[in-house]
Amino acid sequence: MEWLAALGRAGLSFSARLGRANLLFVAMLRGLPALLRRPRLLIEQMFAIGVLTVLIIAVSGIFVGMVLGLQGYHILSRFGAEATLGVMVAASLVRELGPVVTALLFAGRAGSAMSAEIGLMKATEQLSGLEMMAVNPEHRVLTPRLIAGIISMPLLAALFSMLGVYGGWFVGVGLLGVDDGTYWAQMQSQIDWNEDVVNGVVKSFVFGVVCTWIAIFQGYDCVPTSEGVSRATTRTVVHSSLAVLGLDFVLTALMFN
Amino acid sequence: MSKMRQLEILVGAFMATGFVALFFLAMNVSNLGAVNSGDSYKVLARFDNIGGLKVKSPVTMAGVEVGRVIDIYYDAQDFRAVAVLGIYSQFDQIPDDTFAKILTAGLLGEQYVGLDPGGSEQVLKDGGEIVLTQSALVLEEVIGQFIFGKAQEGAQ
Amino acid sequence: MSPKRSPRDILVRIRGLKFYRGSRAIFDGVDIDIPRGGVTAIMGPSGTGKTTLLKLIGGQLTPDSGTIEVDGLNVHALSTRDLYRLRMRMGMLFQSGALLTDLSVFENVAYPLREHTRLSASMIRKLVLIKLEAVGLRGAHQLMPSQLSGGMARRVALARAIALDPMMIMYDEPFAGQDPISMGVLIQLVRRLNDAARISSVVVSHDVAEASQIADLIYVISDGRVIESGAPQQLREHGGEWTQQFIRGLPDGPVPFHYPAPDLASDLFGEPA
Repeated sequence: MEWLAALGRAGLSFSARLGRANLLFVAMLRGLPALLRRPRLLIEQMFAIGVLTVLIIAVSGIFVGMVLGLQGYHILSRFGAEATLGVMVAASLVRELGPVVTALLFAGRAGSAMSAEIGLMKATEQLSGLEMMAVNPEHRVLTPRLIAGIISMPLLAALFSMLGVYGGWFVGVGLLGVDDGTYWAQMQSQIDWNEDVVNGVVKSFVFGVVCTWIAIFQGYDCVPTSEGVSRATTRTVVHSSLAVLGLDFVLTALMFN
Repeated sequence: MSKMRQLEILVGAFMATGFVALFFLAMNVSNLGAVNSGDSYKVLARFDNIGGLKVKSPVTMAGVEVGRVIDIYYDAQDFRAVAVLGIYSQFDQIPDDTFAKILTAGLLGEQYVGLDPGGSEQVLKDGGEIVLTQSALVLEEVIGQFIFGKAQEGAQ
Repeated sequence: MSPKRSPRDILVRIRGLKFYRGSRAIFDGVDIDIPRGGVTAIMGPSGTGKTTLLKLIGGQLTPDSGTIEVDGLNVHALSTRDLYRLRMRMGMLFQSGALLTDLSVFENVAYPLREHTRLSASMIRKLVLIKLEAVGLRGAHQLMPSQLSGGMARRVALARAIALDPMMIMYDEPFAGQDPISMGVLIQLVRRLNDAARISSVVVSHDVAEASQIADLIYVISDGRVIESGAPQQLREHGGEWTQQFIRGLPDGPVPFHYPAPDLASDLFGEPA
């Protein structure tokens, strides 16, 4: 019967964490008016979260696009359908790989960095210090990061998709002989703005909210020791990844059935 | 240049790049760049066999896209398939005796509706119907006809 | 015990404070009067929740029962805005300094000024340099917190704590882990600030020697209760047995040296348990 009690305790503690996470989210949103008065904070975070993630997103995007071009060509050429390579590459990227892979990379690079930074601020009493200086730490430290993450994610995903399409073009048209005009023409006639691109953007927006929220919460809620911070960063990457993949299924089912 | 200024410039560049990427996806990847509907008027066409025609399949005239298939349903009174075609508003001079055929683009390609213009003075309007239609080719029937024809020839 | 003081003289009045963490009582009915204008030391063994007390006074934690009044205001009955206004009049020196690591020394000290005042940049600059001068670190204003030693970081944090000319400063274990020279510097600063700027000081510590040097009034706390209170000299000479052991640092007394164990002879020569 011990395990039953343990299960109950785990359930309660999970519920408490979920509650804290939601309360934190609301508290961060309350900091929006204050953030508008201090755009500098947002710009600093956009740099740390957005600009510094561009490199990994760009390189990954190009490579993923190139692999799609390569694999796609081999599969489609079996049916004599190489002409549709453009559509295949673009659809895979815009609908799925762009938003999802970007979110996973984001969680690994920017998410873990955020958790570590916030956790460390908690451990060194900087958050407490801000409170005692009559500055609201949630509004000052956390809200800018949340907004920066939400804005950055769709932009990064679009960048990923764009570079991926070019990567596929480079391999397909440049190396494997697919016709340049056909690559683009088929793509343009088949990929729909509303159904494909906009849905992809909506996905990356949702992922942006979720990944940033998880990263911030884990850092803010961690045990203020070095072990606690390290556990928080690991949790951020794991939880973000699972959440992204799970939500991707739900969103895809809702959007593309 | 102060650190803050550098930061601002880089963040601005980042956002600009992101928006350029979105714009690229809109114009060069998706069909937004093409002449898009917005406004179209509806025309019905009845077929004995709709074949593989799907909603959103293109409607072309002389090979140029003039509309899209908006809806496909079965008419139980008529025992025929009805395709609702959305013709873009700028193509409002289509004669009402135009022929609508279901054609296939290439060997593996998807099916589309091809319009052959007639000679009538009257034009199609919203809610009108194309009366002259040709259904999709069903491969088995074509082969069957061919064999039958050959057999008849042989018999003579 | 100290003579009855008029309400005006008491800066912080704590009555019947009870605070639990889980099932453990950190404070189990504590009454403390912190007089205005002097240095009050709160001492006790490690882990008795002395830092918690400062957080309770500052409103970061809420007591389970009892009241805390600062300058006549009930801290936990204040609205958020009024609580923030009160905090601007309280300075707090954290154990680690708690400087913002991405800002320079100058910007750390300027932070509360930029936050809560509309002073011009040149005015702020002058004030920051003055505060840094008071703690002897004006020359270090360009450095980053990572370049400072522990003692220097604390002094910068102190300069930041006095940036808005508060009416009181709370020191959380200011002497912990300091070398003798930094210790001496800090002791002098605490006393000087207190007297020259007429700031009341609350020092939480278990460094008896240092605290006794500067305190006007000492509260000895253990097991969630106030054991005794009084002037340092008075406690040393006339204090109770427990207080004496604590203040003199005697290894044995009411807090025993030996952890409870069976008789030594039977443990060594008797049957194994």
